[in-house]
Amino acid sequence: MASLKDLKNRIESVKSTQKITKAMQMVAAAKLRRAQEAAEAARPYAQRMGAVMANLSTAMSGTPGASPLLVGTGKSDSYLLVVMTADRGLCGGFNTNIVKKARERINALKAEGKDVNIICVGKKGADQLKRTFASLIVDKMDLSAEKTISGATSARIGDKIRHMFENGEFDVCELVSAEFVSVISQKPRSKVLIPAIDAIDEGVERPDLGGAVYDAEPDEETILNVLLPRYADTVILSALLENVAGEMGAKMAAMDNATRNAGELIDKLNLVYNRTRQAQITTELTEIISGAEAL
Amino acid sequence: MADKLHFDLVSPERRLFAGNVEQVVVPGEEGDFGVLPNHAPFMSVIRPGAITVIDGGSETRTFIHGGFAEVTPDGLTILAEEAIAVADIDTEKLAQDLSDAREDVTAAKDEEERDNAAALVAKYEAMQAVVAH
Repeated sequence: MASLKDLKNRIESVKSTQKITKAMQMVAAAKLRRAQEAAEAARPYAQRMGAVMANLSTAMSGTPGASPLLVGTGKSDSYLLVVMTADRGLCGGFNTNIVKKARERINALKAEGKDVNIICVGKKGADQLKRTFASLIVDKMDLSAEKTISGATSARIGDKIRHMFENGEFDVCELVSAEFVSVISQKPRSKVLIPAIDAIDEGVERPDLGGAVYDAEPDEETILNVLLPRYADTVILSALLENVAGEMGAKMAAMDNATRNAGELIDKLNLVYNRTRQAQITTELTEIISGAEAL
Repeated sequence: MADKLHFDLVSPERRLFAGNVEQVVVPGEEGDFGVLPNHAPFMSVIRPGAITVIDGGSETRTFIHGGFAEVTPDGLTILAEEAIAVADIDTEKLAQDLSDAREDVTAAKDEEERDNAAALVAKYEAMQAVVAH
């Protein structure tokens, strides 16, 4: 049986842990709100971009001069997976779920005999993937130094991917990240980035031109070539923003759980503490009474 | 005239402007063009420069870098990588940035660095031209 002092120490330690998890939960809640706002604010751009791309790509994909970024290299022998995770842990199964999805995808592709390379965005994904797929990781990017995710961040990632594509290092690029379903639910998913023609959502709403056709300046091909890299950056940016929101949601839920568990533990320990104290007092009393009787 | 042009200005991070205006003048890749209500469907790449929003007799100028304009029957949408109101541009800081960028061009060690620096110089020069206008 633990002594009273031990129990007291234990209770104190659980209490301070609870304070920490509670603080982390509140920080995550505040950050979640900001992340959601950022994701919300980025949506109009992504939507318009998606609509324009959908319009242009259907017009351009049949032409022989179409950019390989749009229609692909015509092969699908080698894949590049961009695995996006958080830089920090303590957010429940968030990172693990994304990594699990990435592993499934890698194994599926390998079973088909494809070459797979990985770029890890976020520390945690790299940590977990290097145990099994260390040889496949070609690059790691750490976003913990960035205060906010901005267009510059996604442009950096996009540039790297395009650079590799131009060097013929892969045929198809996929993003693995978490889809922000709700504050308590994040679903890992993989999404094609290159060729862009497969990335454009079918359900995207196209503006009704009333039968008219676009006048394009300078011409459609030039516009498409300018827009394609930007479109990829936009897709990356929204994935990053959604990931941050998801991470914060997961962290909030995990920390809420931890705070609640700590509370339960404190209640239990308090009960044991009180019982032990009572037992001690009873023993002492019995000793005194029997001592007095003996006299 | 009751007709007004619906104008959206969005950057990757947020929506900068949304509303109805009388006219917008956009610096297109092949020359400036004005967009009035009921413009025909049109799309164009934008060269770095200022767009002018005309509404109720007042003109607001915004510097745009890396943009794309799309006119649909619903209105005009400008997707801009960067946008800053001309009135908010700090001329002293701009001059400093420009000379820094020029130094970077000469000090660049490889082609990539030089390209990046040159792109910055071009951007700052465009900004200066807009401010001087």
